Amino acid sequence: MAGGEDRVKINWSEYDPGQIWDELLGAPGKPRPHARQLTKYLSSLSSSQLSRRQEAAERAILEMGITFTVYSEGQNIDRAWPFDIIPRIMSATEWRGIQAGLKQRLTALNMFIDDVYNEQRIIRDGRFPRELLETSGNFLKECIGAKPVHGVWAHICGSDLVRDSDGTVYVLEDNLRVPSGVSYMLENRIVTKQVFPELFAHSRILPVDDYPSLLFDTLASLSPRPLDYPEVVVLTPGIYNSAYFEHAYLAQAMGAELVEGGDLLVADDDCVYMRTIGGLERVDVIYRRINDTYMDPEAFRPDSTLGVPGLMRAWRAGNVAIANAPGSGVADDKLVYAYVPDIIRYYLDQEPLLPNVPTYSCVDPEQRRYVLEHLAELVVKPVNESGGYGMLIGPTGSREDLEKFARLVKREPRNYVAQPVLSLSTAPTLVRGRLEPRHIDLRPFSLQGDRSAVTAGGLTRVALVKGSLVVNSSQGGGSKDTWVIETGED
Amino acid sequence: MLSRVAERMYWGARYLERAENIARLVRVYDATLLDLPDDAGVGWPLLVDICGSREAFQARYPVGDSRETLRFLIADADSPSSIMASLAQARENFRTTRDLCPTEAWRSVNELYLYGRKALPRMSSRQRHEVLSGIVQRVQQLTGLLSGTMSHGDAYSFIRLGRNLERADMTTRIIDTAAATLLRSGTAQATLENTLWMAVLKSLSGYQMYRQYVRRRIRDEDVIRFLLNDDLFPRAIAHCLLELESGMARLPNHEGPLRAALRLQRMVDAQQPEAVEETALRTMMDTLQLELARVHAQISDAWFLPERAG
Repeated sequence: MAGGEDRVKINWSEYDPGQIWDELLGAPGKPRPHARQLTKYLSSLSSSQLSRRQEAAERAILEMGITFTVYSEGQNIDRAWPFDIIPRIMSATEWRGIQAGLKQRLTALNMFIDDVYNEQRIIRDGRFPRELLETSGNFLKECIGAKPVHGVWAHICGSDLVRDSDGTVYVLEDNLRVPSGVSYMLENRIVTKQVFPELFAHSRILPVDDYPSLLFDTLASLSPRPLDYPEVVVLTPGIYNSAYFEHAYLAQAMGAELVEGGDLLVADDDCVYMRTIGGLERVDVIYRRINDTYMDPEAFRPDSTLGVPGLMRAWRAGNVAIANAPGSGVADDKLVYAYVPDIIRYYLDQEPLLPNVPTYSCVDPEQRRYVLEHLAELVVKPVNESGGYGMLIGPTGSREDLEKFARLVKREPRNYVAQPVLSLSTAPTLVRGRLEPRHIDLRPFSLQGDRSAVTAGGLTRVALVKGSLVVNSSQGGGSKDTWVIETGED
Repeated sequence: MLSRVAERMYWGARYLERAENIARLVRVYDATLLDLPDDAGVGWPLLVDICGSREAFQARYPVGDSRETLRFLIADADSPSSIMASLAQARENFRTTRDLCPTEAWRSVNELYLYGRKALPRMSSRQRHEVLSGIVQRVQQLTGLLSGTMSHGDAYSFIRLGRNLERADMTTRIIDTAAATLLRSGTAQATLENTLWMAVLKSLSGYQMYRQYVRRRIRDEDVIRFLLNDDLFPRAIAHCLLELESGMARLPNHEGPLRAALRLQRMVDAQQPEAVEETALRTMMDTLQLELARVHAQISDAWFLPERAG
């Protein structure tokens, strides 16, 4: 074929990230050292070859049935997972620093959770305000005095990382309740290997596919019975949950049962059993993917049909482990977030390795005044939401939005925090056969049980709309494979 | 194994088998109609009766001509007994149990569903044979994939139960179709019987096996005996029952279902049709269908109904 399209090659000197930090290029035509091999390879492909690979990836995603569920117009729609074939790359040297920072952070957060439900030393020592704890919707009094094994409450953490225009990587959020996305990280790698097999043969890309076995080991280490093969189950709200694909994926990859609330029961001996074809079988560890307050209608919402009556009783009696433990969410309240650097210093006597984004607490009168005066420059977030819902991005907000949030902040200051707008780094993304910069973030997954581990990279989410900073898949975001590469150069 | 999951494996396999069998049923009927003289007087709506869904059909299609019948049986995703609905149900059951099946199996079920969704609604009558054969072939591949890559443990036992129960049921329905066709056409057609039973055998991929094992020309009572009593032919009812029994015997708490299956086995063994009369044949098939439903009820009682709390 000698079509004009076919001869168009990628010209990296036309790719201009502007003032924003780009993950692959330092400037037009200047790839970063860890990205050189990829950019060189991509410029050997024509625009139509690239488009064909994108189509192949989309076909693979459809055939592999990689979906996420969107609830829209009263119907659940299973959508194919939006994916961009151009990988996002980080150097192994930088990654090792981030990994250490994430481990440090999760260790300290777990010490914090264990402390606030037990001795409350941090409060007595005046390093964390008692009112903050008592007004947190995620602080569950049902958990006071509980002692999970290893002193660990949050066993699985999905942190959101972003990079500002000066190259600094910040932790934007710690998701400690039911973080999702790891199955897409794994599937993205499988698809990318099909699309660019050549690159995997010649680069030292760190593998990610050991995650399910690390997760299983972490969960198994929590078992109350000392067995070689404890019964580990994944508890899902069911097929209508947006992350059901992931629940099934992880259960399958770990060889664990995927259960719904109705499959489990708590018997008179305060142990958890599942209903099987051979009768009742004891359950040791529950990896729960339903929210705290839906877990046990006896302890929390009596109207919940997703949970298991008596589950909290069994957990408090130490007869079953629950990951993440009920009440872990107290540490990912966005107001607590502002204190994480202090929390690290308090429990570990170390300086935080990863910086926090400066956060204004609207409870504090002075900080609130600053927030209200600078609304148009700030991002305002509800403390207790995730998924990018219910927030204000000041610079792009309409006058009505700004007025609405000013009212909200004044009425319920405990419910809002504000942060400066970060620029979010970009990465080249395929748009109609051309590569254009699009904003991205990164969600690595950390595990803590008897040992701890962090994924090599994580899930890179990309805002497919030009200029947009919203990367959530429920709101028009896509994803990319994330490569951590050993280059020996940097 | 979870009761809820066992039930989904069982139904996943049943719906897959059902999709294949409806495709076979339409294919044989299609072929027979082509071979029969115009005045043989058989019509498409008979198929709806065979599938036991006349009420649902009349509610959705008041005209009830051949085009509508085919739509109802093939592409109409809202019809309870169409190929498309069966594929969608099979997919849903495998989707919700994907943690138990080999990944390739889920992918094949998904591909099969996508194939059906693309090919079934817009095929012309000329393409019908090819597309229906495509469905049969893909289900066969999947059956082979499951048998060759999935551990033959409890989950696989439930797949075997679902598959063989559905298969036995459809063989009774296909025999029933043939008997009803003969009844409708009257006894005047001497050549009709041969053509029809040959088509029945072919629809069940049983023509060659019949030739090899029965070693006789096509005669109605021989064909029926082959499809009813042959222990070796995989789509013969006796063989399906043997498969059911061996699948059940591997599972815990199998007393109830196994007893029901053995009872049915004895009943089938007792039927050794000599001179077959169509009305009696239809009654016999009705009885077998009721007994198969009873076996299903036993399976459900023993394994799917969750135990009471405490």
